[in-house]
Amino acid sequence: MAATTPSFPDLRMLSTIDQVGVEERARRFQARSIKKESKLSALKLAVTMLDVTTLEGKDSPGKVKQLCAKAMRPLPDDPSIGPAAAVCVYPRLVRVAREAVGQSGVKVASVATGFPSGQSRLKERLSEIRYAVGAGADEIDMVISRGKLLHGEFRSIFDEIVRCKEACGSAHLKVILETGELQTYDTVRIASEIAMAAGADFIKTSTGKIQPAATLPVTLVMLEAIQDYYDRTGRMVGMKPAGGISDAKTAIHYLVMLKETLGRDWLTSKWFRFGASSLTNDLLMQICKQRTGRYQSADYFTKD
Amino acid sequence: MPEGQEKAAAETKAKGGTTKNRHDFVEGDRYAPAPESTDHVSLKDSYDLFIGGEWVRAPKRIETINPATGEVLSEVAEAGPRMVDRAVSAARQAYDKTWSKMSGRERGKYLFRLARLIQERAREFAVVETMDGGKPIRESRDIDLPLVASHFFYYAGWADKLDYAFPGRRARSLGVAGQVIPWNFPLLMAAWKLAPALACGNTVVLKPAETTPLTALKLAELIEEAGFPPGVVNIITGAGKTGRNLVRHPDVDKVAFTGSTEVGKMIQKDLAGTGRRYTLELGGKAANIIFDDAAVNQAVEGIVNGIFFNQGHVCCAGSRLFVQEGIADAVVRKLKRRMESLVLGDPLDKNTDIGAINSQEQLERIKVLVDAGNEEGAKCWQSGQRLPRKGFWFKPTIFTECAQSHRIVQKEIFGPVLAIQTFRTPEEAVEKANNTPYGLSGGVWTDKGSKIFKITSQIRAGVLWANTFNKFDPGSPFGGYKESGIGREGGLQGLASYLDLH
Repeated sequence: MAATTPSFPDLRMLSTIDQVGVEERARRFQARSIKKESKLSALKLAVTMLDVTTLEGKDSPGKVKQLCAKAMRPLPDDPSIGPAAAVCVYPRLVRVAREAVGQSGVKVASVATGFPSGQSRLKERLSEIRYAVGAGADEIDMVISRGKLLHGEFRSIFDEIVRCKEACGSAHLKVILETGELQTYDTVRIASEIAMAAGADFIKTSTGKIQPAATLPVTLVMLEAIQDYYDRTGRMVGMKPAGGISDAKTAIHYLVMLKETLGRDWLTSKWFRFGASSLTNDLLMQICKQRTGRYQSADYFTKD
Repeated sequence: MPEGQEKAAAETKAKGGTTKNRHDFVEGDRYAPAPESTDHVSLKDSYDLFIGGEWVRAPKRIETINPATGEVLSEVAEAGPRMVDRAVSAARQAYDKTWSKMSGRERGKYLFRLARLIQERAREFAVVETMDGGKPIRESRDIDLPLVASHFFYYAGWADKLDYAFPGRRARSLGVAGQVIPWNFPLLMAAWKLAPALACGNTVVLKPAETTPLTALKLAELIEEAGFPPGVVNIITGAGKTGRNLVRHPDVDKVAFTGSTEVGKMIQKDLAGTGRRYTLELGGKAANIIFDDAAVNQAVEGIVNGIFFNQGHVCCAGSRLFVQEGIADAVVRKLKRRMESLVLGDPLDKNTDIGAINSQEQLERIKVLVDAGNEEGAKCWQSGQRLPRKGFWFKPTIFTECAQSHRIVQKEIFGPVLAIQTFRTPEEAVEKANNTPYGLSGGVWTDKGSKIFKITSQIRAGVLWANTFNKFDPGSPFGGYKESGIGREGGLQGLASYLDLH
């Protein structure tokens, strides 16, 4: 952890983003053909990077417990698969999740700060973080005030994130930019820069409540921001695309992009996560397909 | 460490063997092989000359090899002067008797049919292109073949509209076209040459390069299948001598050549005073200019695409990089990192970014110039890919600290070698960019629209890209200034090259 006080980044030094170029580059990753051992190891890696998520109004302790069971042992017959990196829930359910995962190594992440809109007073947003951390959250997924960002109040966004980071204490902070509301890649780049400078441990694309959620090009813009920030400061920042990644093939495209952009050091759940609710079983199904050469019925994969 | 992860780690360790871990997504140094299948490809052991709608045997044979493995793929005929003569007279006969008399609408039908056949067989042609030339299958599949088909479609559409293409002028075909094409884009260059010539009502004798004749010969098979009248398209193989006999043949009305500036000059001499028409598409040494306000990450991608596309065997390759001083260090650092992530190897592997060098001869040429760069004091850096043992390969290479007076800045290397220079002001960039005998292409990278127009209008080159590089379209004219050539191919201008306009 950097001991120095975070300072506001010099946004004039940022390179602009060429939309056509970024999207063309992102398509190149989709053209990669990942087979055999490479595919199997990528699929296994993807399982360990999952932030298994439930963020619905109807979430209950029962649902969260089931989700935790799935996260700890995604493929009941095979302990070598997984566990997932974390379960991601609302603050009120953190305590339930904390108890359920116990010492399994699965982390408990909680959204906070008026998720998903972020439209509440800073005081309340901070107290939500403290509540979640107090209940046992290892990681906090905060949302930024997109309205302010689009209004050009960069400094205010920066200050907010700094305060949230303080409120987190030793918990890791993931900053959700909600890229689907930011309109341009340049804005995504600015938001990434501000979040990292303010102390974010991870930057994250989306809440999953707004379309478009994570896309390859927007994730590429953020990965490049992470790389430039690392080159400048030597501090590694993690990346979490979230929302809309529902099949194994897409997940592998993300991993290929990660590997070819940030390199091997980031290929771990410490530095990369998938925020997803329905990706898990497709990954498991593909793992079994790779091992046996056959697809198995969806009924062989547990639904929690 | 949680139980599951421990076991997984144990599993990886137990496998231990270096070969298995090599393809591991995290630990491995490469992806598992993903080769394109060659099952559906039919290659004959031997190909004859396609003259007058028939396959004509010539006694002299040359072998064509796969540059990635060195193995012989097939043998083709070497057309001597008599065969060249026979091909030209077949073309003349077809011109006089059928093709020039046929309505444009009918000619268009043949071309549309050929375009559709190419699309149907695109996968097979892509594989053959890659086997014979060494270029990555990703490029032949995603770039070459789609462009080939779209060229035929584009010019097929003009065939019945020639009277409207140049308002106020009457368009007439020229006669017999003698066309000689290079080895870097064998089938695409055949399409660039054939499509406009045929659409305008000319007949053709085409000679592909001796190292890459196979797709042109397979195209001859498609031309048969499409039912073209005999002699409208004749395809003869051979080396430089065959090409020279073709372009000097007195009954050829129009010569179209793509290749080196050296040969281009010889052709100009040969044709001087004959009154015959010619278009030449020759060498290049394009300047790719990156301003400090450019989108740097995308510019780096553009640099890679500019010079490492098709192993740098591209006449319009962005082989001279000019970076504004303030961002030069960052650009070079990012470029090196990006180069390390390029996948070099089996051209048939779908993940390959950098394929094989086309021939031993070309590999030697590249080495000589890279040695010159080292001797003259430029700083060489190569990415760390391992080269396959068989075949012809060269690592992606950049030179920093280059000066205009270095040979690697002046000479066309035609390989994966980039010469990097820095500049301080736009005026300096333009001056250096223009300080070359070539003028084929160039690129400008800046976030400012006005700067794009200002700079590109000052660069003397036929094709200029802004914030991108190496993009092609049949509707866009292509050709050079100065020693990069004469005339244009593609678009309306490319049509005019095959017409007599009154």
